[in-house]
Formats: sequence, structure tokens, C-alpha cells
Amino acid sequence: MCMPNKVSRLWAALLAAAAIAATSACSTSDGGDELFVYSGRNENLVRPILEQFAEDTGTDIRLKFGDTAELAATILEEGDRTRADVFFSQDAGALAALASRGMLAELPDTALEIVPEKFRDPGGKWVGVTGRVRVIAYNTTKLTAADVPGSVFELTDPKWRGRVGFPPTNASFVAWVSALTEEVGRDQAKAWLEGLEANDAKTFDNNLATLEAVADGEIDVGLVNHYYLYNEFEQRPGSPVANAYPGQDAGGEGTFVNVSGLGILQGTKQGAAARKLVEYLLGDDAQEYFREETAEYPLRDGVDPLPDLPALDSLRTIDVPLSDLGRDLEGSLELLKEVGLT
Amino acid sequence: MVLPVVHLAVRATEAPDLVDLLTSRRVTEATASTLVLAATVTSIAAALGVAMAWVLERTDVPAHRLLGIWAALPLVVPTYVLATAFKDAFGPGALLFELPGVVGFRGTATALALSTYPYVLLVARAALASVDPALEEAARSLGDGRRRAFARVTLPLVRPAVAAGGLLVFLYVLSDFGAVAILRYRTLTMAIFTEYRTSFDRSTPAAFGVVLVALTVVAVALERVARGRATVTRAVAGTRTPVRQRLGPMRWPVAIAVAAVPAVAVAVPAAVLVYRASLSTGRSEPAGVVARAAVTSVGLSLAAAAACVVLSIPISVLVARFRSRAAGVVEVSVVAGYALPGLVIALALVFFSSRYAPVVYQTATLVVAAYVVRFFPEALGASRSAVAAVDPALEDAARSLGDTRWRAVRRVTVPLVRRGLFAGGALVFLTAMKELPATLLLRPAGYDTLATRVWTGAVEGFYRQAAPSALLLLVVSAFALGPLVRGARQVSPS
Repeated sequence: MCMPNKVSRLWAALLAAAAIAATSACSTSDGGDELFVYSGRNENLVRPILEQFAEDTGTDIRLKFGDTAELAATILEEGDRTRADVFFSQDAGALAALASRGMLAELPDTALEIVPEKFRDPGGKWVGVTGRVRVIAYNTTKLTAADVPGSVFELTDPKWRGRVGFPPTNASFVAWVSALTEEVGRDQAKAWLEGLEANDAKTFDNNLATLEAVADGEIDVGLVNHYYLYNEFEQRPGSPVANAYPGQDAGGEGTFVNVSGLGILQGTKQGAAARKLVEYLLGDDAQEYFREETAEYPLRDGVDPLPDLPALDSLRTIDVPLSDLGRDLEGSLELLKEVGLT
Repeated sequence: MVLPVVHLAVRATEAPDLVDLLTSRRVTEATASTLVLAATVTSIAAALGVAMAWVLERTDVPAHRLLGIWAALPLVVPTYVLATAFKDAFGPGALLFELPGVVGFRGTATALALSTYPYVLLVARAALASVDPALEEAARSLGDGRRRAFARVTLPLVRPAVAAGGLLVFLYVLSDFGAVAILRYRTLTMAIFTEYRTSFDRSTPAAFGVVLVALTVVAVALERVARGRATVTRAVAGTRTPVRQRLGPMRWPVAIAVAAVPAVAVAVPAAVLVYRASLSTGRSEPAGVVARAAVTSVGLSLAAAAACVVLSIPISVLVARFRSRAAGVVEVSVVAGYALPGLVIALALVFFSSRYAPVVYQTATLVVAAYVVRFFPEALGASRSAVAAVDPALEDAARSLGDTRWRAVRRVTVPLVRRGLFAGGALVFLTAMKELPATLLLRPAGYDTLATRVWTGAVEGFYRQAAPSALLLLVVSAFALGPLVRGARQVSPS
């Protein structure tokens, strides 16, 4: 039986290689004087600007990328032993959740004041960096701009049966439901969700999948964040999709603006570097970077959004404090569950 | 390996209304749909796996060695890649042709069955190969027909292996997130991810996790029944090759049928990846990044495979040779990690290691530990079947001829179980290559595997960036498949 011997020699060689790989990796474990950033924002989108910060300011940084909610859960499991100095979150809800559990330190006023009041925590524990607007994305081969309903509440009309899609478990969708609930009351919000469900609306895992379903013609309209459109054009040039802003008519419900944002962890030993990073990402260069690379709204006063986007202050929006949404999220989730959407 | 269960139990008891929660409609509905999916997938995978194993081991199908490797190939495809490809190819707005029900139960069950049947196939082949054909011949000489001899003699002998493979499939379905999320079928695991993502509440998902653990206990108990009395299985080395059934004019049609199943699971994703990437004008991925990620993936997965195999030896001796209640408890506790979503395992390891083992926290060691916790049962199932198939009387015989106990083990038992250990290590390696949720959370900063590169690209829709890593993941894993399938099966003695 010569075969097994050959195999086991191969096996032994591979094992040795694996052991070397595993041990060499261990040596990089501790880095006490680096600024450790946990980023729930995508690596492709934010690594360049974070590395630019490191270079410009001579700061050593370590980056950990993941899903926003999973990283927030990680920080909560780590508790006061967290390795994170700064948390870069995809949405306000995760920041508010960490702030309400006492995990975040107060930010300096110099950083907070860069951003309009409604895009930061009144307690000063987190600050928005970029804005993202909820839109109705529609398929342009099936609909013209005039066909798209002016209000999301019209989507429960039977003529939209089976033509609407949204991501019920997506954090920014849930935040939007919270905002709507705040504005029109729980009963009307619930009736709207039940109407969508009864109207055979389709549910998706996330914004991206929802927008792709619009482009593929699986659905005619989808409720997503505004910037997915730009990525879709990059992935599939000429894709038949466009954005419409809901609730803009006089007396309309308005659309909802969420933010990606930053918080500094309570126990950080890198306070100075962390504050420098926050101010850097709110600076002109970084804000312009986000506009160009992610098509999000810069939140710094005086930095304009992309030319084909409506100005933030020209939009009718639901002005529920983002910091309150953290508290309401569970209520909204409960609502979505009652209706049977999650 | 029980740490995640302890962690879940602690978190679940933090829920203010645990009893109400566990009996609520949400939990019962998610549990029911999880069970329906897991049972369906297990049945399909078992049928496919046993049928293909029989064709490969007991018929004169052409090119059976090549076909054997090809048949196991779906193991290299992550469910999130397979499900995305199915949705693109056959879902609404189909690239190929639209099939009804791809999004939903039917599509999810199909994708998962195609991903998991090799678990049954590999262990069933190993078992069929190790059954002494003399037993079947004896039955035939006593008047049994070919089929009757197979059913009465061989099938009972491979039943433990099929049950072990089936258990792996069942538990894999419980923990899968990729297929259920993309094809939108609500299981307990899906509910757990949803809770974490939207409410930042840790006690509710923990309660869902406790239900998963309970299902695991039931599944393991059922498998122990299905496995039957281990005392009937006896195999010896150096037996003759069984006479292969002649397929006659059906040789090629059967070969094509066997080849077609993995083709759907591998060729469709590969084609969709290439097509989507060629369409996209977005950023592409530097070759160096992909190559480094490939080396990391292979290193971590090999380390996990080796650790699992080494650990599986004492435990499989315990559960195979001593059918005590304690052995059952040990088995349930090591298997629980397999049925839990990777996120749950990862968060438990975050909690314990950041507090009690800060030296390993955010190092490759912890990632390997997570793989061991998650995938150990794959090694255990194969090792246990192998150990159970060895007659302790052989060792006794060696000892009666003057060998010491350890020498008898080394000279008699080790050569007999080696193929089973290889099969187990192969499974762990291939599954670890695809692992995403735990890798994502536990990896050291700046560390990338092929799976995390795929995620980084695909999660924001950069398909052109994700495609090279995804394709390389398939190719690198496929290279491992050849030697490992051969090792698992240990081709006829020379």
C-alpha cells in the first residue's frame, strides 16, 4: 500500500505549511499605540480615505471591516475590553444603540458644530458624516417619472399589486419606518405596512437586492437609499432605473434622511488621534471624497452634493431626531413582525 | 466547543419574556419552516448521495475515478455564491431561463441539496468501499439475488455512514445563512441575523439560538437510532474489489446523469460570475490581494482540518466503542457548534476570548478555533464511521500475537481508519475555505480570506471585484478535492 504513504507525506507537508501560516499570523496581534477603527462601512469605499488620513497626519491605524450591526454586537460583547477606538457606522441606529448603552465618549464641540444639528446626537456622543436619502427607485422601461406615486402611502393602492419591493430587515428601512411612525402615528404606519403586505409587495434581503430587482423588472418600484443607483450604473451601464423622491408635494409625508457616522469608544486610550480622525472625515477633502466615491450627501456646510441630486435643504424631510430612532427601532421591528414582514 | 451554547443560554435568560418569546408564533413558525427545509434537503441529499455512491463504487460506469471527483465538486461552491447564481440564472429577470419558485422554498431547497449531497456521497463511498464483498457473495451463494444481497447485507453495513452524512446535511441546513438570505426563505438562522441587524438586541436572537440547539439534540438522537447497532459493522483491509454491476448500453447515459448534477451546482455559478464580471465597469481587484487571500484561506483551512482530525480520534473511539450516555452527551455538545450560525459562534468567541484569552483574541488562532467549533462534526462523522467499522477483535488478535496495545492500534487500526480520517479532514478543509461570518468578525485586522474578499465586493454590488476571488476559491478548493477524494476512498489495494 504505497499510496497512503505518499498521501500522508503530502498531508504532513501541508500541515507544516499550515502551522507556519497560523503562527506567523499570531505575531501581529497586539498594537497598543495604533488607532483601531471598526468600520461597518464597506472597505472599498472607506479604506482609501482612512489611509489618506494615516498618511496626512502620521497616525498609525488598524482597520477592521465588517457588517455594521455585527460590529456593534461585537463591541457590546467586548464590553469595556473593546479594542475599538473609533466606530464608523453605516447608520445612526447602531451609533444610538451604543450611545444608549454608555459605550461612546463625548465628542468635542469643534467636531460636532461642523454638521447641522439634526445630523448629530444631541448628547454629543456621535456625529453624522454623510447623508443618505430614502427614494422610490423605478424601472424606466415600465414607468415614466409621472407614473411614480408622489407618496409612499399610495403604494397600497391595488394598481401597485405585486409591483413593489423593499428590504424589511435593512437597518435604514427600519429607521425610515420609525420616522414614519413618529410622523403619522403607529396605527397609520401599521395600516400602511399591512396594505403593502396585502398588496403582495416583495421583500428583499437588502437595498442592493431590491434595486437589482427593479432593474431586472421583477418589480416596478423599490424603496431604497438614493446612492445605489450610481453603483448600479457602474455595474450594469445603461440599466433602466431612476430615483424619485417620495412625499414632496405640499402636505406630503416627506422623505427620510439617515446618516453614516462616527463615535469614539468610551475607554479609548487614543482620544487625541480619534478626535483628529473625526475632524478629518468632516473636513472639506474627505467630504468631497464621499460625494465623488459614494454619491452620498456631504454633511459639512458648504460642500455641495453631486450636481444631479436635489439639495438636502430643498427636500421635504421627516425631521424625527435620529438619536430617538435608536429607542424606536425595537418598536418598529415589533411593528414589522406584527404585520408579518420579518 | 460548548462555549457558544453556554453563551447563548446566558444571553437568552437576559430576555425579559423568554417563555412568551419561545412559545410565540414567530418562533414556532420559524422552527416549523426550518424543520421542513432541513428534512427536505436531507432526504434529497441522501437519495442523491447514496445513488451516486452506488454507481461509482458498484457499477462499471466509465471514467469512474474522474467522475468521483467531479461528483464531489459542489463542495467547493459556497451557498451564497450558488444561491446568487441561481437567482441570476433562473430567477426573475433570468439570464438563462426563468423557473418558477427559484426565490422561495423550492429554490432554497434545491440550492442546499446540491451543496450538501457530497457529504452523503463521500461517506457512503468510503463505507461501500470498505465493505467486504465476500459478505455479499456469501449471501448470494445462499440463494439471494443481487439486489436482495445488496439490500440485506451491504445497505445495513453502510447505514451508519449514510446516517452520519445525513446528520451533517441536516445540521448544515440549520446553520446556513447564504442560501436562505439570498433566496428569501425564513429559517431560525435568518431570524437570528435579522434580529442582530435591526434591533441591536442580543437576548432575542439568543432565544432563537436555544431553539436551534434543541433541534440539534433531537437530530443527533434520531441519527443514533438511524445509525443502528454499530456492532454489526465489520470491515477488513485487503479485501478483493467487488464485482461491478454491468450497465451495458446504459453506461454512458448513467455517467452523463451523474455528471449533470454537479455541473448544475458548479458550472452555473462559474458562468454567472464570469458573465456579471464581464458586464461590470466597476473597480477590479489587484492580483496580489487575491493571491494573498488565497494563501491565507488555505493556511487557515488546513490548520482547522488538521486540528479537527486530531481531536476527532479520541472522541470517535469514545462514541463508537462505548455507547454510553456520557458518549451521547459528548457527541451532542461537539455537534451543537455545527448547527449554530457562524455569527453566533463568533460572538460567543468574542465574549470569552476578549475577556479570558486576550492573547489569542483577533489572531489567526482564534479564527482556526472558530472553524474547529463550527466544523468539527464533519471530521467526527467520518472518523467515527471508520472506527466503528473496525472489529476490536482484530486488535485483540494482534495483541494475542504479542503486540502491545499501542503497537496493535498502530499496525491494525490506524491503517483501517486512515481513509475515514482523510475524508473528515477533506470536508473540514473545504467547508472552512468557504466560511464567512466567523472569519469576518474574528480575523485579525488587515487579514483577508478569499471568502471575505468575495463578501467585500459583492455586498455593495462590485461584482467585477468579487469575481476573481470567487473563481479562485472554486479552483483552489477543486485542486484539494482530487487527492482528498482519493484519500477518503483509498482506491483498491495494490
